[in-house]
Amino acid sequence: MTASTASAASAASAAPADLLYSDTEDELRAAVRSLLADRSSPAAVLARLEQDRPYDPELWNTLATGIGAAGLLVPEKLGGQGASHREAAVVLEELGRSVTPAPYLTSAVVATEILLACAPASPGATALLGELAAGRTVCVPALPLTLGPGGPLPAGPPTAPVAAVADAAAAHTFLVLADSGLYAVPAAEATRADRTPLDLTRPLATVTPHPGAGTLLADPATARHAVRRGLLAGAGLLASEQLGLADWCLTETVGHLRTRHQFNRPVGSFQALKHRLAQLWLDVASARAAARAAADALATGAADTELVVSVAQAYCSGVAVRAAEECVQLHGGIGMTWEHPAHLYLKRAKADSLALGTAAHHRTRLAALADLPSP
Amino acid sequence: MSATPPTPPTSPTAAELTARTREFLAAHPPADTDRATFLRARFDAGLAWVHYPEGLGGLAASRTLQAVVDAELEAAGAPDNDPRRIGIGLGMAAPTILAYGTEEQKQRFLRPLWVGEEVWCQLFSEPGAGSDLAALGTRAVRDGDTWVVDGQKVWTSSAHTARWAILIARTDPDLPKHQGITYFLCDMTDPGVEVRPLRQITGEAEFNEVFLTGVRIPDSHRLGAVGQGWEVARTTLMNERVSIGGMRIPREGGMIAPVAAAWRARPELRTHALHDRLLTLWTEAEVARLAAERLRQQLAAGRPGPEGSGMKLTFARLNQEISGLEVELLAEEGLLYGDWTMRRPELVDFTGRDAGYRYLRAKGNSIEGGTSEVLLNIVAERVLGLPSEPRDDKDLPWKDLAR
Repeated sequence: MTASTASAASAASAAPADLLYSDTEDELRAAVRSLLADRSSPAAVLARLEQDRPYDPELWNTLATGIGAAGLLVPEKLGGQGASHREAAVVLEELGRSVTPAPYLTSAVVATEILLACAPASPGATALLGELAAGRTVCVPALPLTLGPGGPLPAGPPTAPVAAVADAAAAHTFLVLADSGLYAVPAAEATRADRTPLDLTRPLATVTPHPGAGTLLADPATARHAVRRGLLAGAGLLASEQLGLADWCLTETVGHLRTRHQFNRPVGSFQALKHRLAQLWLDVASARAAARAAADALATGAADTELVVSVAQAYCSGVAVRAAEECVQLHGGIGMTWEHPAHLYLKRAKADSLALGTAAHHRTRLAALADLPSP
Repeated sequence: MSATPPTPPTSPTAAELTARTREFLAAHPPADTDRATFLRARFDAGLAWVHYPEGLGGLAASRTLQAVVDAELEAAGAPDNDPRRIGIGLGMAAPTILAYGTEEQKQRFLRPLWVGEEVWCQLFSEPGAGSDLAALGTRAVRDGDTWVVDGQKVWTSSAHTARWAILIARTDPDLPKHQGITYFLCDMTDPGVEVRPLRQITGEAEFNEVFLTGVRIPDSHRLGAVGQGWEVARTTLMNERVSIGGMRIPREGGMIAPVAAAWRARPELRTHALHDRLLTLWTEAEVARLAAERLRQQLAAGRPGPEGSGMKLTFARLNQEISGLEVELLAEEGLLYGDWTMRRPELVDFTGRDAGYRYLRAKGNSIEGGTSEVLLNIVAERVLGLPSEPRDDKDLPWKDLAR
């Protein structure tokens, strides 16, 4: 898939980003979409949430190992697929489209990216990457979900409690950043206090590692660099999750307005509503370009990756929230009911808009990255 | 996204076009050839618009290969045909003539149009027919081999420099409004064509009113069948709206450039509230640039997406917001205006002059070339498949419509 990251990086400054989907990416999308349509319909997601078991281990197993999605970012020599962020972004689009509770963003992207920055110098990180790519383990960074690239990194003792850790309940291992370095802490060696999240599809917990728990993976400098890299990749690819979510909301709403009749007309024939949906379509089309640019920049190691990622995050967060809010509004009373899945999308979209840095956080980053300094 | 793209034309190849362009440049060195001669020769060599047929300035090649030719020519310092000046001819008249013209019309009109020797304008809008263009009332009455045209057109850019116009007129008022229209090529130098400057909110008279009084157009200058004018005009309008696409915009190009430059150069103007708006608009401008680039890549891959219908909407909104911010950023200076003297520019200039001008001119972006309201309807109906609003004017004869 990606031939040589190094040569791509040097060419990236001249060649514009490839903003389309390759045939390989389309095939991957078809496989993931088919799996999620069978096993993770909105109704199925809702049913699992109501039984308080959001994660579907069999689904994760098929996604991670059957399709090989867990190891997309891991080089083949470390047991992965040797693909790139472009392919991982397509998986996230589909997961966003289905609001599937799955530790993909946390484990297969952020934690994987952190470990990649520590390997091969760290045998522990290298070993964990093999386990992750093989789908045998789920590894979640013990970082607040709201932490974005450029945000202040935690720097306490390894036993400091961390609030708002996403997907903690699905984790076998936590990556813990402390002032003394980066640690791999088995889930059994940490206390997990589950919280009631706004977004039921991405559960949150407070995680407190036990004294002396885990093994050191990296020294403080490497650890901080690795976590920054993980947050950057996470923020860039979250844009694709937001894109998929927004696209579902738009499609679902258009479908509803074509068939729902009021005042003896299809509701979608009213110009006021048509204009809102046309504007939303424009926003989603723009979000697609921004999300693709971020995925491509991460994949090619483009010199302006930080800027492109912040542009995508500053833009796509708002589009996803707007799409989900319009979805609820234009479904009327139906959209306010628990049985209609629109609320799952609204909750995910709103939570996503805080995840990995808010739009405002990323705009502030852009002030420096685009040389538009504050007063 | 469709998985199976249509096969683009494969012949000639990029390499062949490069070779052909180099041969042409060797035979017509730009340094020793006068501009008009060079451009005419370029047309005759099929290197004008390579996707056009042979003999009409093209080589029936893939549209995307034009970039190959242009790059060679630009590197050699060749003169270009000033597409901005002849935008209506290139973007709207030419594809319509190509699609509906007789062989004689194509031979007569396309070459001087492309070379820029004959500027074109578009006599479509009327005082009573703007967004509802098909309601137009300019009449064309047949008199033997000619048509006699009477009526008034408005908001006509370049009418004061144009040699030719594409014109739609009503030829049968007893039919419903879309059916009784016919499409003509109108000689702007003919008796009865009167162009009057129409001063705009910028103070300029960039466009015009055009009065048509007993103008005689030969039937040989009719484009398409009698009564087929609306269908022909739709080709023109579609090309108008797709005219973005080929251009690659640099980051921070367009309307955001002067604002960002002022922000960097003049720290005393900065406030926190303006900063947040600037960053928001800078981000949106960058995303719009990426969306345009994605559209360009789709076209180049032979997979045109529906995004083209939307880019104009986005740029219109952004240009207005950004230019409005610029006026505010400039504080006391933003209260001033460069010059209210009436001018008659040959070019449409969106980004030139000063912030006040940019702000006022940008207001037109959501009106000209199809209002944003009409374009949103088009997106809603053609892209999203939403139903049209009930209409009672479709089957009524035009003469019975309320006016």
